[in-house]
Amino acid sequence: MDLKDKLISSFMAFESNVDIEHPVHDVRTEAMKNFEMKGFPSKKEEAWKYTSLKNLQKVDFSIFPKEENALEYKQVKKYFLHEVDTYKIVFIDGIYSSYLSETTHDGVDICLMSSALTKPMYKPVVDVYFNKVASKDESLTTLNTAFSREGAYIYIPKNKMPKKPVEIIHFATGNEASLMLQPRNLIIAEENSELQVIERHQSLTSNEVLTNSVTEIFAADSAIVDYYKIQNDSENASLIDNTYIDQKGKSNVSVHTFSFGGKLIRNNLNFYQNGEHIESTMKGVTILGNKQHVDHHTLVHHIEPNCESHQDYKGIYGENATGVFNGKIIVDKIAQKTNAFQQNNNILVSDKATINTKPQLEIFADDVKCSHGCTIGQLDEDALFYLQSRGIPQKEARALLMYAFANNVLESVRIPEVKARINKLIAKKLGVSLGFDL
Amino acid sequence: MLKIKDLHASIDDKEILKGINLEVKAGEVHAIMGPNGSGKSTLSAVIAGKEEFEVTQGSVELDGDDLDEVAPEERAHKGVFLSFQYPVEIPGVSVTNFIKTAINESRKARGLEEMPANEMLKMIREKSELLDIDRKFLSRSLNEGFSGGEKKRNEIFQMAMLEPKLAILDETDSGLDIDALRIVANGVNKLKSKDNAVIVITHYQRLLEYIVPDFVHVLHNGKIVKSGGKELALELEEKGYDWIKNEAVV
Repeated sequence: MDLKDKLISSFMAFESNVDIEHPVHDVRTEAMKNFEMKGFPSKKEEAWKYTSLKNLQKVDFSIFPKEENALEYKQVKKYFLHEVDTYKIVFIDGIYSSYLSETTHDGVDICLMSSALTKPMYKPVVDVYFNKVASKDESLTTLNTAFSREGAYIYIPKNKMPKKPVEIIHFATGNEASLMLQPRNLIIAEENSELQVIERHQSLTSNEVLTNSVTEIFAADSAIVDYYKIQNDSENASLIDNTYIDQKGKSNVSVHTFSFGGKLIRNNLNFYQNGEHIESTMKGVTILGNKQHVDHHTLVHHIEPNCESHQDYKGIYGENATGVFNGKIIVDKIAQKTNAFQQNNNILVSDKATINTKPQLEIFADDVKCSHGCTIGQLDEDALFYLQSRGIPQKEARALLMYAFANNVLESVRIPEVKARINKLIAKKLGVSLGFDL
Repeated sequence: MLKIKDLHASIDDKEILKGINLEVKAGEVHAIMGPNGSGKSTLSAVIAGKEEFEVTQGSVELDGDDLDEVAPEERAHKGVFLSFQYPVEIPGVSVTNFIKTAINESRKARGLEEMPANEMLKMIREKSELLDIDRKFLSRSLNEGFSGGEKKRNEIFQMAMLEPKLAILDETDSGLDIDALRIVANGVNKLKSKDNAVIVITHYQRLLEYIVPDFVHVLHNGKIVKSGGKELALELEEKGYDWIKNEAVV
């Protein structure tokens, strides 16, 4: 049985475990119909030209883990941002771990999707927001919607700001030979509120894991949301991340994606600007080797006038790694005075590494500033010589230059501990310890 | 200290240096002057070991060791320093961290322990005062957004920190106003000793009013066509390079 058939038959089993009378189940059923019709995307589709899911579909994934698994904090401490106090929403093989988590209802709700989808007190919010910005026809998103049951639920009321950042972490223990996870997150930041989120998926063994995640973020007027995705998973873990962001007037949302490891990563990051004076920021650092593959697909839809979007993705690809950057910017006719910037710079450090980069601009307004640029190159030989002439050996000099290349993406990281952690990960990825703390 | 014998070097099969002979002894200051395209910067890059240039004939020796096939970093460890005409920007790495790395890499290569932090700090303080460098400047990203003058001053600061045996200043005067020029030259003069040597590469005589050379060499078309004392620089200033070019033809 291939994965699609297995998922379809699993849906019936899934239905016996959820409240099918709940209105959300109508949404799931509708989504399932869409997935049944469309199935997994193939390379024939333009958006999937360079990323094949064919091999993943041959894997006999467990759709539901058989048993609950426990982890000791000390086993997994290093994956947390332990240098700073955080709220934590932790899942082990897709199941919530209250032991590792720290949730809150103190003025804000930082808790579970399963509660939001079942408890009556959350129903008014769920009715307004659930599946409202996520695509209703993109097949992988609808697959996630069909199986949506668990994930993070964050609600920040007007003028509030949680005391600390929120970490959403998914661990896969390897108790299943191969496991498919479909977390569903719903994040709402009401007017003038602030929120910082760090998301991480971590497989603890080399067993196969496929995560198909959907996150919906709603930023109301003047809300500020900073979202950090740390993608540094094991060699057999694949991630399809579908993130949809709905922004209202004067809101400011940034998503930083750090892709340092995993077998296959596909990031579908979609911003919709439904108001004026909005700022949207998408930044990414990718450092991959082996046969790792990453595909960044971004979309910014400028729907109203006087908004800005900034995109800056840097990639360093070694060995047989492959990368894709596809950045789509749509500026509607009414969206005058739009400022949209897009930059994608790549360094190939091996002859066998490849990158496909494509800006896609659809501009219907006439008074806009849009710029885009992409580069693919090797390290600058003059710069290398400069560092070597100061006594820095070639290997360290290369690392230092790659670090410098990726560095400006980190400038906009607003949590110092995240910045420090990413700096360390970059240094580690580049395989050198320099004479100072980066 | 430095012995260059019949040095020929080319890039992409184009010969730039066509038989250079030069000897620099400890305690000396040499100026190499010449019109644009005469091979001045190539000569400095070849001494520092830039791999793009192929030495096709002749040799460069430092303290009797042939530098052929010696990597740029190893030359630096042996005491060669090149101040760049166009220093490279390294965002995210501060001047202090960069110089710490450079110093400790050199020490590592010589089998020494890392320099203790307090010693490093003291040295940074001394040398930055010598070059009239604001401490705040040292925490900025290396060369990023620096003015031309700041870049050059930073090069000389690095030279002061690395204490090279042989310093080559490639067009250090370009882009400097007269005050900055004085500070930089003053720094170089203070670092000069009987044990080290300086090669000043310049198009103009201006810098040589402040860093007074013992010898002046005129490079033209990949060869040293004339050598003399410091008065040669003045003569060049007065007569221009055409005089040399014409003489070279004769």
